[in-house]
Order: sequence, then structure tokens, then C-alpha cells
Amino acid sequence: MSQVRVLVTLLACAVAASSCGQSATASAGGNPRPSFASSGPREQTADQQVSHVLSRLTFGARPSDADRVRSMGVDRWMEEQLHPERIPDAAADAFFGSYETYHRSPDELEQKYPRPQTVLNQLGKSPTAEQAKADSARLRELQLAQRRLLTELQSGRVARALLTDRQLNEVMTDFWLNHFSVYVQKAPVEHYLLAQYENEVIRPNALGQFRTLLGAVAKSPAMLFYLDNWESQVDSNRLRLNAQGRPIPSVTPLQAQRALEQRQRAGLPMPAGVNPQNVQQAVAAQRRRGLNENYGRELLELHTLGVDGGYTQTDVINAARALTGWTLLRPPVSAFAFKPQMHDAGEKVLLGHRLAAGRGMEDGEEVLDIVARHPSTAHYIAFKLARRFVADTPSAALVDRAAKTFTATDGDIREVVRTIITSQEFFARDAYRGKVKTPFEVVASTLRALNAQPDSTPRTAALVAFLGQPIYGHQTPNGWPETADQWMNTGSILNRINFGISVAANRVPGASALGWNGAEALKNAPLDQQVDGVVRALLGGDVSVDTRAILTSGANPLAKFPPLKGLPQIVGLAIGSPEFQRR
Amino acid sequence: MTMPRRYFLKSGALALATMGLSPSFLRRTVFGMELPAAAKGKVLICLFQRGAADALNVVVPFGDKSYYQLRPNIAIPEPLRGQGTAAALDLDGFFGLHPSLAPLKPLWDRGMLAPIHAVGSPSSTRSHFDAQDYMESGTPDRKATNDGWLNRYLATSGTCEASCEPSPFRAVAMTQQTPRILAGSAPTVAMNTLEEFSVRGGGDQTARLEALYRTGSADVIHGAGKDMFEAVKMLKSANPLQYQPQNGAEYPKTPFGNHLKQIAQLIKSNVGLEVAFADIGGWDTHVNQGAATGALAQRLDDFAKSIAALTADLGDRMDDVVILTMSEFGRMARQNGNGGTDHGHAGAMFVIGGHVRGKQVYGTWPGLAPEQLYEGRDLALTTDFRTVFAEIAGRHLGASKMDALFPGFSPHGGLGLLG
Repeated sequence: MSQVRVLVTLLACAVAASSCGQSATASAGGNPRPSFASSGPREQTADQQVSHVLSRLTFGARPSDADRVRSMGVDRWMEEQLHPERIPDAAADAFFGSYETYHRSPDELEQKYPRPQTVLNQLGKSPTAEQAKADSARLRELQLAQRRLLTELQSGRVARALLTDRQLNEVMTDFWLNHFSVYVQKAPVEHYLLAQYENEVIRPNALGQFRTLLGAVAKSPAMLFYLDNWESQVDSNRLRLNAQGRPIPSVTPLQAQRALEQRQRAGLPMPAGVNPQNVQQAVAAQRRRGLNENYGRELLELHTLGVDGGYTQTDVINAARALTGWTLLRPPVSAFAFKPQMHDAGEKVLLGHRLAAGRGMEDGEEVLDIVARHPSTAHYIAFKLARRFVADTPSAALVDRAAKTFTATDGDIREVVRTIITSQEFFARDAYRGKVKTPFEVVASTLRALNAQPDSTPRTAALVAFLGQPIYGHQTPNGWPETADQWMNTGSILNRINFGISVAANRVPGASALGWNGAEALKNAPLDQQVDGVVRALLGGDVSVDTRAILTSGANPLAKFPPLKGLPQIVGLAIGSPEFQRR
Repeated sequence: MTMPRRYFLKSGALALATMGLSPSFLRRTVFGMELPAAAKGKVLICLFQRGAADALNVVVPFGDKSYYQLRPNIAIPEPLRGQGTAAALDLDGFFGLHPSLAPLKPLWDRGMLAPIHAVGSPSSTRSHFDAQDYMESGTPDRKATNDGWLNRYLATSGTCEASCEPSPFRAVAMTQQTPRILAGSAPTVAMNTLEEFSVRGGGDQTARLEALYRTGSADVIHGAGKDMFEAVKMLKSANPLQYQPQNGAEYPKTPFGNHLKQIAQLIKSNVGLEVAFADIGGWDTHVNQGAATGALAQRLDDFAKSIAALTADLGDRMDDVVILTMSEFGRMARQNGNGGTDHGHAGAMFVIGGHVRGKQVYGTWPGLAPEQLYEGRDLALTTDFRTVFAEIAGRHLGASKMDALFPGFSPHGGLGLLG
């Protein structure tokens, strides 16, 4: 154990001021309890703890998971999940072997799946009727091929959640993809950028250092494009650099217009793309370009400090100025590049730190250093993680402890998560089933409970969208909501109930309503045995007295409900039940 | 866990809907008595043309000479020059409708149709994503707004006193997901089809599912579940599908046509619908958009026939209905090298209804001469879309908290669209 971690644990125990290390591990058969200890007594029963960690650290228990956690001990299993690099993941990796677009660079994808619009532009104008017909056919072909990009992105997320043994890392990948949300429909080019974003930027850093993750996001073509930083450049009244990074005198739009007009009068060649007919337009375009605050604002508001994190509009502008020139090599696809000509090299002050004039790319790096280490960031990230793992309104004490870990470890995400998931609050009675599943979690937990086969078609991902959470489909940069009140309404509960009914009817690709262990043996068993089996497989073996009575009521000839027609129907009811909507 | 207030309110009135009473009775007892005068029975139908419709070929400024210079191959011929249906349909000697909008011409003639030109977002963005976002949030250039302006209307204007629960069908989007314009704290329903809004299981499953949500704790999940079962029963009892198109209305068999038909069914079944939303795509005509015929003409054909069917179908109910069409921005004034048009700035809207002051084109025409164009290329903006939205929300629906709907915006009076 590292010194830092010992310190953090001691701190946590001191804060909790109660008997540290009371870990109610279930019949673990003599497994040594891990030396990092929880920060207080656990209110949940041993069975509840098993069910709880599986519902929070994974996308839902598979049939054999509870037994495994019970035999390993809850704490040892959590420690294993905190180290995804030690978990082999061959089954998941093998499945993605058939994915064509998954491990290609944006440039490769653009070449292999060109945008129909681009190809049409190359074909030239005013085609004859025959040409137009051929072009239309080609267009359809290209559109079809393009669809594969989105299909693999979306189906891949569901398949990975279903298959991977690195479940906590995938839960964290989901968390960060939502924290650093990007929208696939922003423009067609975003389709080329997301495989790299997910596989190279987010997933490898999901339990790593926050500063590393933040830097990878800042340089990712997906984010550069989504929040427009690729086209943000120095305003004309600021100090500028030439291509070699040396300061040059500034040119105002008026000076630019005069210069163009002089060239025009003198009959000199115009700059590329400018002709006498569009001088006005070119000047207007030049004027319009300049600083784009979009990324600078969201960096502070959503990615680091949080909306009440204590920054001003001047900080937004100065963060954006420092990040000018962080762009794309060959926009709008391609890779990250720093272009000195676009950079604002003037002096800036950000959150009380002075960034000296005349610098280049290091301006942006320093901005990321400053915001990643800001106390508001520690608090905001700790709060969001506690809300994700513990409760919609996590206690201030827990958030403070997690924020302290963040600061003490210089933003080690793994340690912040460890503080949260080993806390007394995490194992509190109120935390048990205290969260509402997102639509993605509803589908993923169903597939896992039923031992489903992964689906490489768009159909399963379309179910997630049908339930209200299209993958990579959140328009605004704030990501999907995290709290119950945002997900629960008449329409959403209806769709979830109907989803359960379609699972029962075996209409979900790859999923059989009787895919869980022991289902076949129960096909002709008495109703109460069937109900117990379903409750074990889908609801962690725990339902309210009322729910059990309603499910088993058909066994009683005096019951008020018409009899059920077989085991799959019970599975459908379990998925549509209030309990299944919780984790 | 905190619970929204609405889940505590036992909906005594709504429960009537489950007792098989007639829809007209429902209207009077459940909704009619308690509606404030301003909002009584009024319906707003918002239709979004996603992809940026080419306003200059929709409401054609044939009286502006520059129009034909800018668009040598794709302009719509002026009314007298064209052959038969291949020309603009004259409105006022300056503007004309695209010939595919012929089904809407009778609405103009009857004074129910008011086009607004050179209207849109003051934001300079030419991104579909950003511009749709701004049009739906109602806050141009402000991305931090999380809700849509229609939802802010619903959240700040009750249909009745605090003691009554609004209809679950007060706001319905005929879309797969809740559109941005309806996102927010007030409850709304999004559905593809009316048939979809039902529990698909047999009676044995459905009865048990309802029981599961009626027992147990009073939390947000059970609350939503109970509301849902009541809404499903209410819809079943009102049975909107029984209302077949009237007055000879023929809806195109397209997704858009079907959505409008179902909005009419919801209105006719009196389930308390106040705000309806549907959208129609395919307007991003960068390539070969055609002129009087072609790609754009085909989109307009579906658009116009669907709206014409809706107005015919609703008949006298149009006195209480306003249809508002919108698109995120217009397209470049000049045609591009591919027989299409690129992203532009100001656009056009239609306002249709029984008490709309129609038969005139609203807005100030900025002109299409080179020096009149926005940034040297696009139709300039003379009417902020919020002016139109605020006028319709206020004058038609009776919204009063305009600063909540459009924070920081003063509409300076409206265009006088509504009589």
C-alpha cells in the first residue's frame, strides 16, 4: 500500500470517528481482508453488500457473479475491479475483432467511408440525367457504408458493457464519456472521431490520473470539433505568432480589407479562395473568425471547476485565449496539432495565475494544470462520482473526503473511487437500491442477467435510444442526467415496462428470457419456485413482500389476477417491476 | 428522496377517465371547468423543418430582381412567366408560394395563413446543431440553457388552480425522444404512435404490473408508474383512434402525415392537449435541390399536403388552434456549384389558424441586393424568432411570464399576427 493511501485511509477513519475496518464480508472462507479498510460500520447485510457492489460497480450481475463475489469476499472483489489492467479481457476483445471501424484513425475512417456530400462535390456540377442517376446510386451506397460507423460505435458500447470483465472500468468509461459528453450528430465528421475518443482517450484513462485524462480530451479531435476549439483563433487586436512561433505585428480587419482592395485595384493575385466577386464576403468571414469561447467555457463549467466553481467571464475568455491554436492538423478530421499562427500570445490572467506574453502551446498546458489542481475541481469531480456511485444527493462529508483524496493524490481517479466505494455511506441502508438505472443500464443489466449474446446490429442500441438515451446522442455538452427525477416520467416507465414484455417475448436480439442458470429446470416447476428463481436471477434475490405476493398470486385459485402463462412472463414482470428500475 | 409535488396529488378528476365516461363529459368535468379563460381549449402545434429549409424558394420574393440573378438555375419562375404549375403562386404581387405549396393556398385565400419572412435567430451560427439548439431553447448564443422554451411555458403557466393535476397529455411530441423544445421540468409525453402508448402485455401481465406500481413505497418510480397507468387508461377511454379524418382530409402516408393525423386525433378526443410537436427532415438541400420540381419540391409536397389535411380535418376546431412552422435557418441567397444552396441566415415561418390575421406576408423585407445581404451572402434578419414565439405564447396560449420564457429578451410588441 502506498504511503498516500495509508494517509488517506487514516484521514477518512478520523473523520468518520467510528470503528474503522468493520467489513461485513460474507462467508469468505478465510480470505484475508484487504488492508485498505472501510471508513465505518456497514449497515447493509452481507447479501445486500454482494448485490449492492454488483449493481454499482458493474452493469448488472451475470448469473454466476454473486457466487463469485461471495466466495472472494466483497472487498477483495472490489480491489480486483479497481485494477482493470490485471483482469484479462479476452472474450470482450475477441468480439471486437469483427468491428471494421473500431481501431482505425479518423483519417483512415474518412478515406474508407467518405462523406456522401464530399464525394458529390468532387463529382462536379450539373450532371446529365444519366449521370445523376448513377450519382444517386453511388450516394445511397456511401450512405449505407457510413451507417456502419455509427452502428459499430453504438452497438460496441452495449456489447462491451455486456461482455467485459473489467466492469468497473467500463462503468467509469460510461461516467467520463458522459462527463466529457460529445454529440455524434453535431456534423457528419464527428462519426470518424468517436472510436478513437472512446478507445484511446477515455477508456484507458478511466481510472487513471485526472490531468492525463483532461489533457487527452483537450487534444482529441472529437472534443476539438464538438466544442469548436479547432477554429478558435487569436482576435485581430491581440499579439500573434508566425508559423515559427515568433511574435508578428497585428492586422485589423479594416487593414485587411484595405490591403485586399489595394491588391484588387493593382490587379495583383488575391489570396487563395478570394476573388474580386467575393472580397466583401472574404473580409466578413475573416472578421467573423477569431476567438471561440465554447470549449473554454465548458472546460471550466462542465469539465473541471463546475458552474459554481468560482470563475468569471474573464477567466472563460482567458482560458479560451490560452487554448487558441490547439486545433486539427487538417480540419475537420485528422489529428491534434498546435498552430502558432492561430495562437493568442498576449498576457492572460486565469484564476489568479499570470500567463506571460509570447508563449505558445505551453499556455494551454498550464491552463489544464491550473484547472485540474483547483480545489473546486477536486470537489466537483468528487461530488459527481459520489452521486454516480452512492446517492443522488451524497452527503457533504463523503464528498469532502473524496475531494481530499483527489487533492492528496493529485487527481488519482482510482483512489477517489476507492474512497467512495469503501465508505460507510456506500454501504448505508439508504444507499441500497437508492439509484434509478439509466436506460443504458436497464438494457445492459437485462442482457447480463440473461447471459445474452452480444448484438453487432443496430437493434439493441436502438432499444437504448427507444428508452430515451441514444448512445452518443446527447446534444448539449452537459451529458445525460444522473438523478432519478430526471429519468422517471409516464413515458419512460411505460417504455421500460414494454421493454420487459418484449424481453419475455424473446424479441430482444441475442437475449433469451430463459437464458439464466437454472431456468430450464424451472420451466414446469410450481409458480412460487419459478418466482424465486426469477427474483434470484434478475433482482438479486431480494423483493418486497408485496411484489412477491403479486408475482405468485396466480398460484392461489382465489387470486384476483388471471393466471400467468409460463416462466418468460415472470421474467418480463421482473424487468418491468419497480425494483428492477433501481440499482 | 424528494418527490415532485405532482406525485402527491391524488388525481380524483383524472380517475374519472378510467370509469368509461364519454370524452365530452371528460372535457367538461376534468378540464373544461377549471381552465383559466385565456388558455381554455387553445392548442399550439409546432412543426420543425429540420435541416434548414430554403426560405427563398418556399416563400418566393419574385418581386425582388436580385432573386433571379442569384439563382439562375433554381429560381421559381414568377407567376405570369411560368407554365401552369411550374411558377410561384402569387400572394401579394411581390411574394409567391412555391408551387408545391398549392394545398396551402386556400388557407391564404381564407385569411388563415400568415407567412413571416426574414425571420430567425440573431445568432450568426451556421451550424444545424447550434441553430436548432437555440431555436428550441429560445436563448440564441446561450448553450447553457438546459430546457426548451415550450417546456418553460408549461412549467410557468398552469392549466388550472394549484389543486388540480394537469392532463398527462398536455404536451405531446410525436417523436421518438423528447425534443429539446419540450425538455425540462414540466411533464411531457413523447411517442411515435398513439398505439405505442399502451402496455403491450396481455391482461395477466398488465394487471400485475399495475399492481406492482400501486403497492409499495410512494417514491418517484411508483409515482411515475401510477401516473402512467392512469394516462394509458385515459387514452384508452378517450380512444383517439376512433376519430377518422373528417371533411375529406387526406393525410399523405408519410411519417409526417401520420404524425399530424394523430395530433388531430388527440385534439378531437379532448384529452387536454395544449402543446403538440412534430418534425420533418430532409431540408438540407446542398445538392440538386431543383426548382418548381425536384428534391425541395418533394419535401414541400409532403409538408403542404399534411398541413392542409390537418386543417381540413380539424374544421371549426381551427378557431382554437395555431400551427407554427419553423426551421433553424435559411439558406444562402446565391445558388452553389451543385445546383443547391449552402447554409444561410434568416428564414421563413408560417402561422396558420382560425384567428390568425392571414392573407398578408409579415416582416420587413431586407432585400437581396449585394449590399443588403447578411455577410455578403445570406438573407438578412429583420424579425427575431422570439418576437413570434412570445406573441403566440402570450396572445394564443395566455402565457404571462415572458421573462421566464425568453430571459433577457424584450419583444417590443408583436407583429400583430393574431386577431
